[in-house]
Amino acid sequence: MLTFTIRRLILAVPTLLFISLVIFLLLELAPGDPMAQVPLTVPPEVKAKMREALGLGEPLHIRYWKWLVQFFWIEPQVLFDSIFDTSFSEGKQRILSWQTRSPVMDMVVQRLPQTLWVVGMSYVVGILIALPIGIYSAYRQYSIFDQAGTFVTMIGFSIPPFFTGPLLIMIFAVQLGWFPSVYDTTHVVNDWDSFMVQLRQMIMPVMVLALQTTAQISRFMRSSMLDNLNQDYVRTARAKGLPEKVVVMVHVLRNSMIPVVTAIALGIPGIFGGAIITEVVFKVNGIGDQLLNALFANDLPSVQTLAFMIAVLIVLFNLIADVLYGVLDPRIRYD
Amino acid sequence: MKVKTLMLGAAAAFAMAPAAMAERGADGHVNIIYWQAPSILNPYLSGGTKDIESASLVIEPLGRYDPNGALVPYLAEVIPTVANGGVAEDLKSITWKLKSGLKWSDGTPVTSADVKFTAEYCMHPEGGCAQFAKFEGVDNVEIVDDLTVTVNFAEAKPNPYSAFMGGQSPIIQAAQFADCLGAKAPECTSANFAPIGTGPFKVDEFKPNDVISMSANPNYRDPAKPAFATLTFKGGGDATAAGRSVLETGEFDYAWNLQLAPDVLAKMAEGGKGKTVAAFGSLVERLEMNMTDPNPALDADTRATRKAPHPFLTDINVRKALSMAIDRNLLVEIGYGQAGRPTCNLVPGPAVYASDNTDCLTQDIAGANAMLDAAGWVKGSDGVRAKDGVRLSILYQTSTNAVRQDFQALIKQWWSEIGVETELRNLNASVFFGGDPGSPDTFQKFYADVEMYANNFDGTDPQAYLAMYRCGNEPKPESQWQGENINRFCDPEYDKLVAELSKTSDLETRYALAKKMNEILTKETYTIVPLVDRGRVSAHANSLGGVVLNTWDSELWNVSDWYRIK
Amino acid sequence: MTETLEKKIEPLQDLEPSEPPHSQWKDVWDQFKKHKGALMGGSFLLLITLGVLFGEYIWTLDPQKLDIRNKDIRPIYTILWDSGAKVQWAHPFGTDNLGRDALANMIVGGRTSMAVGWVAMLLALSIGTTIGVLAGYFRKLDGPLMRFTDLVLSLPILPLLLVAVTLFRDALRAHLGPETGMFLLIVGVVGVTSWMQTARIVRSEVLALKEREFILAARSIGTTPGAIIRRHLLPNVISPIMVSATLGLATAIITESALSFLGVGFPPDFPTWGKMLADAVPRMDQYPERVVLPGMAISLTVLSVNYLGDGLRDALDPRIRGR
Repeated sequence: MLTFTIRRLILAVPTLLFISLVIFLLLELAPGDPMAQVPLTVPPEVKAKMREALGLGEPLHIRYWKWLVQFFWIEPQVLFDSIFDTSFSEGKQRILSWQTRSPVMDMVVQRLPQTLWVVGMSYVVGILIALPIGIYSAYRQYSIFDQAGTFVTMIGFSIPPFFTGPLLIMIFAVQLGWFPSVYDTTHVVNDWDSFMVQLRQMIMPVMVLALQTTAQISRFMRSSMLDNLNQDYVRTARAKGLPEKVVVMVHVLRNSMIPVVTAIALGIPGIFGGAIITEVVFKVNGIGDQLLNALFANDLPSVQTLAFMIAVLIVLFNLIADVLYGVLDPRIRYD
Repeated sequence: MKVKTLMLGAAAAFAMAPAAMAERGADGHVNIIYWQAPSILNPYLSGGTKDIESASLVIEPLGRYDPNGALVPYLAEVIPTVANGGVAEDLKSITWKLKSGLKWSDGTPVTSADVKFTAEYCMHPEGGCAQFAKFEGVDNVEIVDDLTVTVNFAEAKPNPYSAFMGGQSPIIQAAQFADCLGAKAPECTSANFAPIGTGPFKVDEFKPNDVISMSANPNYRDPAKPAFATLTFKGGGDATAAGRSVLETGEFDYAWNLQLAPDVLAKMAEGGKGKTVAAFGSLVERLEMNMTDPNPALDADTRATRKAPHPFLTDINVRKALSMAIDRNLLVEIGYGQAGRPTCNLVPGPAVYASDNTDCLTQDIAGANAMLDAAGWVKGSDGVRAKDGVRLSILYQTSTNAVRQDFQALIKQWWSEIGVETELRNLNASVFFGGDPGSPDTFQKFYADVEMYANNFDGTDPQAYLAMYRCGNEPKPESQWQGENINRFCDPEYDKLVAELSKTSDLETRYALAKKMNEILTKETYTIVPLVDRGRVSAHANSLGGVVLNTWDSELWNVSDWYRIK
Repeated sequence: MTETLEKKIEPLQDLEPSEPPHSQWKDVWDQFKKHKGALMGGSFLLLITLGVLFGEYIWTLDPQKLDIRNKDIRPIYTILWDSGAKVQWAHPFGTDNLGRDALANMIVGGRTSMAVGWVAMLLALSIGTTIGVLAGYFRKLDGPLMRFTDLVLSLPILPLLLVAVTLFRDALRAHLGPETGMFLLIVGVVGVTSWMQTARIVRSEVLALKEREFILAARSIGTTPGAIIRRHLLPNVISPIMVSATLGLATAIITESALSFLGVGFPPDFPTWGKMLADAVPRMDQYPERVVLPGMAISLTVLSVNYLGDGLRDALDPRIRGR
């Protein structure tokens, strides 16, 4: 397993380089112009000058090379500097966003905490709700609990967040006035009261996102449990007199986790990617909001950097999932 | 002469503004929400409205436009005119005098060197300055003394109020931006995010594309203002959510530009926490007729260029019929409500420039049908008119936006009633309004027969705006599809008027010329079919006083006068 | 006693089968019939499909016909609690802000949504299952195919869409007309960008299954890999595939609406359930029916597909069948 992990990690480097190239070319090929949000009153000659100042005049391969150097060489130096208080990166050109003309990484650092708080929390909440629902629905298949669970989760999944978000705002912010409709990103948590304020403003976005996660994970959990509950080994386990709790929670659950782990692992890079629509609806300044902003403004350095960071996470978590399969089911062997 | 009377009006408006609160910062905190989030606080590096308006809280120009479009001095003592000797008789220079005793928020004095530096900063060839057009024709900026500068123009400039006027070209501090000239401009992140200014507020913290925290500028020139000690400027989301947070939940005090359907806005206003305010500028939603052939079968160098005239839109009867079939009053009722007025003019204001052209305001489907019949366009068996094998089949494109899609549906219906077949297309705004020459979907490339969007002009003078429609200024392959004459309109007579307008300084003659040019483009040729004069609707909380909506400059132009109603 | 001896001793005979041998599919159908949810889901789905296919012949109003005088009509049931509501029998589901009939739009919009949902879901499912099975079963293919999956997963979708629209729209429009062309483009894009989860999940199951004894047995008697995949692997991964299918159908319908929302989807005069829902969100407190009706249509379709999938899975599983 260890050699497998190491081999995969080494293999990940060329894969990621290739992915970064494909993303770069895709963004180049896509129509769009960083000047799209500049008002029409600005004449075309001025826009042409502004494009030149962004470095758009340079040939493709030079721009790609520059990005590679900035991402893999200069940005790590900046990180090193900020941790150890050195000055390796002084005077070196970092990856600058076209929209704000500031380093993309600074914005990522500024926004990551909110994303991790809101989206990460909703993911944890979603999984914590989904697993018991999935397990119990499968164990008592076609019971009222199962039917109701199926009904609610499927409705939750088929209603998009651009609807559930405003709906919650209508009910809880406008009518009842319980929670704020705009997420206050300048809020600092330093005591119990401010923590409660933070909790109140997080509830709605977390619920909207958790609904989606719950629906998805509980479906996979239920179907996978159902497959395993009918297996011969379950009958054997019961026959040898193991308590029902052990049979279900140890034997069946462990064997049912494989597709669930895949689904969960696939979702984790999504956490860092943020939840675009929900972040926009509640005005949480997370990574998803940044990505959407950058996409609409055709801010290519930002999009490229964010997309690539998400790609790294995807590759990493898929590797972790693969390793977990081996742990969950020792029969799975890669080498 | 006229400028002076307008200015008197402005002074009167100022006098009527509520008496200032006794003490700076007495009214605590104010919250502003813009549904587009500011990315940078330096208007010279970004042309976006959100950036210009948020920056206008901090940095100020020499003069601004007031809600009537008149000029008001800000950092300048007075607005220079030919009459008061500030503008040279030959119109080749303008001399500005700063108010004395002005201080930057860091306590250092504001001098004419800062003004000169601002011009150098924007006119640097490698800087890619977004407001370069404001400095067009400026030869040099001369320091006369500590508080006086003279701007010299290369040739006579009938409208000298472009540089240092309005929210787009505020004065920046020379000391702060000294190392940020040219190619280095984007690297000065801290200066771009927190410029030192003369405005009522100073930046405490800027989170790009999210929120700005500000506090009152301790060195603001009026010791009693601003009434608010701190200010939060939140950005992002959509117009619906912004309107809701002011009108229904009362979380915010001011929301900018609520582009919402009138019934949605009216329902929100029932929330009772705030009210809406509306004002009109020069923004006109219009249909642009393509005078060239967008047929995809043509090769890339010919398609939608002047080499290939349009098969049927070159017939004025067709263009006029398309305009006659439209009920502009209904469009306003459905899409804009109090924030729109039906119009037939490309230049709807200021009033002195607006032509009294109202022919198009009544819908006349029967008349349009009769005219097309007379012009030889006969209805075929499918109900679509044709002549010599050319069918009146139109591809009608616009950007994605709920109101525009409603307009498309209505106009398609009316056109079907006069025997014109319409295919609708909506495009992502960032592609449509971008100038990517590789994309077939930009408004400049115009690979469609008719397109709809809105445009306006900066300040109050339409000269540059009307000059866009001169021959040769059209987007074409040789110019990488850049150009402003979207319709590919070309008329030597019109070009003569353009040249004349750029030389004329007498205001009455300018008004007459501009009206004539506006009529050539609209009611004489129907090249541009204006639909709605679009106003601006913003909302403020009931408890926020002093708001005067201004469409000719930054909406936050008078934020120093805002106060809390108790 | 003696009489019995005289009887000839006949060879032992099988009982005649009481009925002719029935096929595996009949068993499947018998099992399926027992699943009430599946039957209900199936018939509801059939109803909705017939409705959107043939509804326009019964309800003949033109969905694009604007009638400004009759705008903002409420659905007929509003009269139950609000006698002053503006209702008309001519528009049982009401009309929108331009006076377009909601029922007619639901019918036409449903046809597009259902078609997009099914085709895109089937496309994503077939790509995902193929890649997942191949990667899971053949070790040599695992690396390249999974790295390819990682690549597609990490591509930002919006630029991908814009590229696809730029490259293919004009060609498709020229050959197939604006509607079919756009349909193929959207179905293609949604399908091509949503198969990755299925692929990873199917692969993970196959990885576990292929180490099991019955696969070893099949291999040891010389079954070809193709046959092993078809006869032994696919039937055993049917349940995650079914889940992916139900989730995929919902995702495809919603993704389509998001595309229109971003201006890269269907032309504006081309209603779909997702788009009707998205357009109505700003007015949801005044006209809740405009979000509820299309929202319910999507949810009920997804729910019925879900129940149908449950029933099919039970019916196809030989271990459950006959119990």
